[in-house]
Amino acid sequence: MTRNSFPQPITRQEEVEAKQKTRRVLKGFTKKRANLIPILQAVQRKLGYLPRIAMAEIAIFLDIPSVDVYEVVTFYNQFRLNPPGKHSVRVCLGTACHMKGGYITLDAWERRLKIKRGDTTPDREFDLDTVACVGCCTMAPVTVVDEKPEAKVEPTKVDGLLLAFEREKQQTSEKPQ
Amino acid sequence: MRQGVPEGSLSTTFASLQKNALARWQQERSSAKPVITVGTATCGRAAGALDVVQAFQDELERHGIDCPVIEVGCMGHCYAEPLVVISKPFRPPICYSRVNPVIAQRLVREYILGDDPCLEFVLGALEPNDLIPSFQDFPRAAYEQKLLLKNCGHINPLDIDHYIANGGYTALVKALQSPPAHIISEIKKSGLRGRGGAGFSTGEKWEVCNGAQGRPKYVICNGDEGDPGAFMDRSILESDPHSVLEGMVIAAYAVGARYGYLYIRAEYPLAVEHTRIALAQARKYNLLGKHILGSDFSFDVTLFEGSGAFVCGEETALISSLEGKSGMPRHRPPYPAVSGLNGKPTVINNVKTLASVPHIINRGADWFAGIGTETSKGTAVFALAGKIVSTGLIEVPMGTTLRQVIFDVGSGIPNNKNFKAVQIGGPSGGCLPESSLDLPVDFNSLTGAGAMMGSGGMVVLDEDDCMVEIARYFLEFTQRESCGKCTFCRLGTRQMLSILDDITKGKGKLKNLETLERLAEDVKAGSLCGLGKTAPNPILTTLRYFRNEYIAHIVEKRCPSLMCRDLLTYYILPDKCERSCDACVGSCAVEAITPNKQRIKVIDQDKCTKCDMCRVACPVQYNAVVKLSPPQKVPVASK
Repeated sequence: MTRNSFPQPITRQEEVEAKQKTRRVLKGFTKKRANLIPILQAVQRKLGYLPRIAMAEIAIFLDIPSVDVYEVVTFYNQFRLNPPGKHSVRVCLGTACHMKGGYITLDAWERRLKIKRGDTTPDREFDLDTVACVGCCTMAPVTVVDEKPEAKVEPTKVDGLLLAFEREKQQTSEKPQ
Repeated sequence: MRQGVPEGSLSTTFASLQKNALARWQQERSSAKPVITVGTATCGRAAGALDVVQAFQDELERHGIDCPVIEVGCMGHCYAEPLVVISKPFRPPICYSRVNPVIAQRLVREYILGDDPCLEFVLGALEPNDLIPSFQDFPRAAYEQKLLLKNCGHINPLDIDHYIANGGYTALVKALQSPPAHIISEIKKSGLRGRGGAGFSTGEKWEVCNGAQGRPKYVICNGDEGDPGAFMDRSILESDPHSVLEGMVIAAYAVGARYGYLYIRAEYPLAVEHTRIALAQARKYNLLGKHILGSDFSFDVTLFEGSGAFVCGEETALISSLEGKSGMPRHRPPYPAVSGLNGKPTVINNVKTLASVPHIINRGADWFAGIGTETSKGTAVFALAGKIVSTGLIEVPMGTTLRQVIFDVGSGIPNNKNFKAVQIGGPSGGCLPESSLDLPVDFNSLTGAGAMMGSGGMVVLDEDDCMVEIARYFLEFTQRESCGKCTFCRLGTRQMLSILDDITKGKGKLKNLETLERLAEDVKAGSLCGLGKTAPNPILTTLRYFRNEYIAHIVEKRCPSLMCRDLLTYYILPDKCERSCDACVGSCAVEAITPNKQRIKVIDQDKCTKCDMCRVACPVQYNAVVKLSPPQKVPVASK
């Protein structure tokens, strides 16, 4: 399976935090190889992604080479190697969405956020990815923004959604004053 | 050993459960109170069903009406979501479509408080009556036969009592009172075949597993439905999870399994949640766990979330995934029924296969064998998507023709467009043209035409869809999802994809078509699992039925359906463009459109991203924006 992104460096503090959280998650599991995928899912639920340090911790816990953990992480589409953004953007590329121009929507997101699919913006505001099908084929093309499926997302709606986030951000930054 | 069931006690234990459930159900449904049910499966939620539920509750509270609002699953009419059914005493239950919070408030005021059924929002009544056309009067009712989808949208999936009150788990009680060999022979006699796509006889699979050495044995339910455009399994797991569980327990009893796994895609969070709740409820009622219903038979099920790999729908890959490894298929034989999970005998069945089992046990093998065709028994569930009016889930007996499914059950193609092809079976299936529409849908008949029934995804394509692009889309999917184990699949799909990419960009050569055909045959022959063996099907079928489109792309550099972006240009017809209108200028996301001196809009072709927004924005009375292919057709515009 092909991957677009490789692990980006994280700060020392993030690393320590990730290590602690991973250890806490591991306490709920037995040391069986069959638990590897559920463990990875639980750690990702906690951290939002799987940093190198977490994979190393899991490898020690299950007593397997860390390359085996890395193999599984990169095999499945669900696992992320990089921290997620504050808002997640998932462009549906199922058959129905594709026929109605999902790829055009993806282009628009890539152009506006200036990142490729699978990546996070440098300020960690947004991460952009694709999903195979969210099953809302009647509302194609669909983009799932922060778990909420948005219907008929065309390039102008992409601009509209981004504008809404920008205004929300402005309002929250003005409030404290 | 397992036949030492004290029969009397088993049925009495269940009888008390059933009595309770029925009492609760009747109290909820047949009292003098009106009942509102809202479909809140994923499709309903995406259309705003949760807001509708909230609106109903608020409005009922405001008027002080005591009326339960029940969240149910998907009724299959996904094109009309959110769906609401209101049952009032002395009235037929009425189904309302495309309900929003405002309509919900009106329904409470005018139908529940008053007695005006608000005919303008009605989709149909659930029972025949003199007042409103019922679903039985729809053309699709003549073809549909709901078996697996019977409870979907009718019961609350989060309430085991609803399932039991509607005849649930009676098949399990019946099964536990007969020897396993009898169940296997019933399933064999019924002619049930695996609904995952391959169509292997379920009874034979169970028989092999039953006879296999090794303990413990496992039963796995394969809910890793990865085909884009297919959502049958998701809907069943969301709307009626107990039917799948019941099938699993019966399968486990028949083969002598002790543990089971439910493998569901993580992309289906609602299905995972509903199944988790269903498992807990079944355990509480002792329908799962140790000594089920007081018998000697013990069986428990673990829920496993798949992590997003299409290839894990293949049974041996799914097993590797359960063992905590990458999902790579391995060589068969030995089949999983002999040596599967942890090297032990394992039965793997699709969601729909297992959901069919309780019906066969309850109503007998002969009844089931009476539905369908000579070689394929029972019903087929399809997810209709694409350019079709009634998108959603349908269930028809095997042997219904494609034409009936698309034009009668699915109500045909929207916007007066012409039918071009139907893509059946997802990335492993093929595209069939108009001439194949009279083929009956079953496991065998479509293979001759180059397609397969697959698990049940059906995407309808109209005249605006480019067949080369469709083939490229599906190949891009299988290429990305290829696990990389077999060389032909790993490199062959990549090579075919780059050829198709070239063709859609107008860089193809005629001799490429022969290379494609040769490669397709080689990939089919040189791959281990279903993914590689079927990946070339979309290419082979489009080459067979729509070769002229490939040739137009290669020779004329023209996309006949005006879909391939590299082969078309957007152009504003100067004599149709209205000087006072600026709709397209505002719609353009990249500011490529500017008015010239005569205020006629002109597209800057260097900036244009071909996103189609200006064509949509141009008011219908002008229709000035057109697509042209090949791009050279565009006249040089004056600035």
